[in-house]
Amino acid sequence: MGEVVSRLGLRLVALGYLAVILLGPLAIVFWRTFEHGLEPAWNALTEPDTIHAFKLTLIITAIAVPVNTVFGIVAALAIVRMTFPGKSLLNAFIDLPLALSPVVVGLSLFLLYGANGWFGSWFDKHDIQILFALPAMVIATIFVSIPFVAREVVPTLQEIGDEQEQAARTLGASGWQTFWRITLPSIRWAVIYGVILTTARCLGEYGAVAVVSGRLQGQTETATLRVQESWESFDLAGAYAISIVLALLAILVLVAMTVIRPKEERAT
Amino acid sequence: MSPASAAVVTPRPRRASRDRTGTVLSLGYVTTFLTIMVALPIAALVWQARSDGAQTFWDAISSPQSVAALKLTIGASIAVSVVNAVLGTITAWVLVRDDFRGKSLVNAIIDLPFALPTIVAGLTLLALYGPTSPIGVNVAYTKTAIVLALMFVTLPFVVRTVQPVLQALDPELEEAAHSLGASQPTTFRRVIFPNITPALLSGIALAFAKAVGEFGSLVIITGNLPFKTEVSSVYIFGRIESGDSTAAAAVAVVLLMISFLTLLSIGGIRYLATRHDRG
Repeated sequence: MGEVVSRLGLRLVALGYLAVILLGPLAIVFWRTFEHGLEPAWNALTEPDTIHAFKLTLIITAIAVPVNTVFGIVAALAIVRMTFPGKSLLNAFIDLPLALSPVVVGLSLFLLYGANGWFGSWFDKHDIQILFALPAMVIATIFVSIPFVAREVVPTLQEIGDEQEQAARTLGASGWQTFWRITLPSIRWAVIYGVILTTARCLGEYGAVAVVSGRLQGQTETATLRVQESWESFDLAGAYAISIVLALLAILVLVAMTVIRPKEERAT
Repeated sequence: MSPASAAVVTPRPRRASRDRTGTVLSLGYVTTFLTIMVALPIAALVWQARSDGAQTFWDAISSPQSVAALKLTIGASIAVSVVNAVLGTITAWVLVRDDFRGKSLVNAIIDLPFALPTIVAGLTLLALYGPTSPIGVNVAYTKTAIVLALMFVTLPFVVRTVQPVLQALDPELEEAAHSLGASQPTTFRRVIFPNITPALLSGIALAFAKAVGEFGSLVIITGNLPFKTEVSSVYIFGRIESGDSTAAAAVAVVLLMISFLTLLSIGGIRYLATRHDRG
């Protein structure tokens, strides 16, 4: 009897906690967005500046995700399959973006690529615009999403071991063939899971991009920056409508994570 | 030696040297990428922070506004870490040991704060707990709002680190403790807690690091009132906007050090926790 009561009590605490922090707020935003029907939300979403913001977010994501996927796989292979001095330092640098404030990331890039920065002065001389333009926003987004693919692939690589790879090598496969035919197929779910996490992080990045973009409306404004801009200019309908689209993307990500996680766990 | 076996043996040295080329190439690529993408920007930050001398650096981080922001940041982050430790562990326990309809849905929702852009998180919290709240709770522009936003963004960390450990823990251990007469709190303290401690500490450290650096969800919800609701990340952003990048860099270096220390302690926890496995 006592056990049933405490079990129900704990369940209530956990579900109440999630309702107060997660579901309640999200439900209200959905309700507020469509309070006056679909039209205000649709009008807000089809504004040219908003469409541009979404396009920019997609472009940045389309560049950052492949870059970090390739890096993540190679880095994971280096960490698990190779021995070299300074491995723990390499590990620390891959993890750092997880623990670092996005504003600090933005400021670091701002200083490096700014007019007086080590890189900035060179690009300035060659008339290449990095800061307050697409390149800096892409670099900032890559920075904050570096760890995800590597962090998913490392445990899977450790789990599967290298016996199959060695067998392939003994049978005469080249390193490249072994990677494509043996290693990649066995880590594919981990890679896909990491790609999903990376995509979510890229779509949602705010702080680092806010610092390096200059936030020029219709030029260097991403979807998340547009939410803040709409909010500041008292365009609540706009802020809510863009938020809903981003929230729906997030829910899509959750669905993908739920579908792929069991496959990833089975693979290991 | 037959010709056939010789054919198998001879390519080996060539393959080994190609292997080494592969190793060198991939290590070179990984190191160059991390140097350009992560190490150099951080070096530039530290360089800027010290560019006007130690005195200026110290003045920048010890200015009343910066100290107030740092105190608020660390205080709120500790508070949120404690809340996470308790509620996160309970949530993880419920997800592993309890059974009810819709559990898999609840399990999936845990990751929502990770998938949802932080700026949207701030906006959603303000919609329910702001000036236009349908339930009449308005905490906008207060410290409560900061704690609420930080609770939102750090929610998955403890749950997701503790959950797999609980899953791997045999429920028979708990049942055995029960049948030997241990009360539920005793079972938790003596059986469950020692097993989940390393995972719990890692989760808390991750949540703490995330809370200290959080920016997006706080921009809208706190109103950024200096000395009242201005956290360090927002303070840094303000310094950048007003062109004072040396002061911004000084406070950023403090946050950077907190991040490093947190990562270091997570590494330490992992090292101690796997001590027995390594023998």
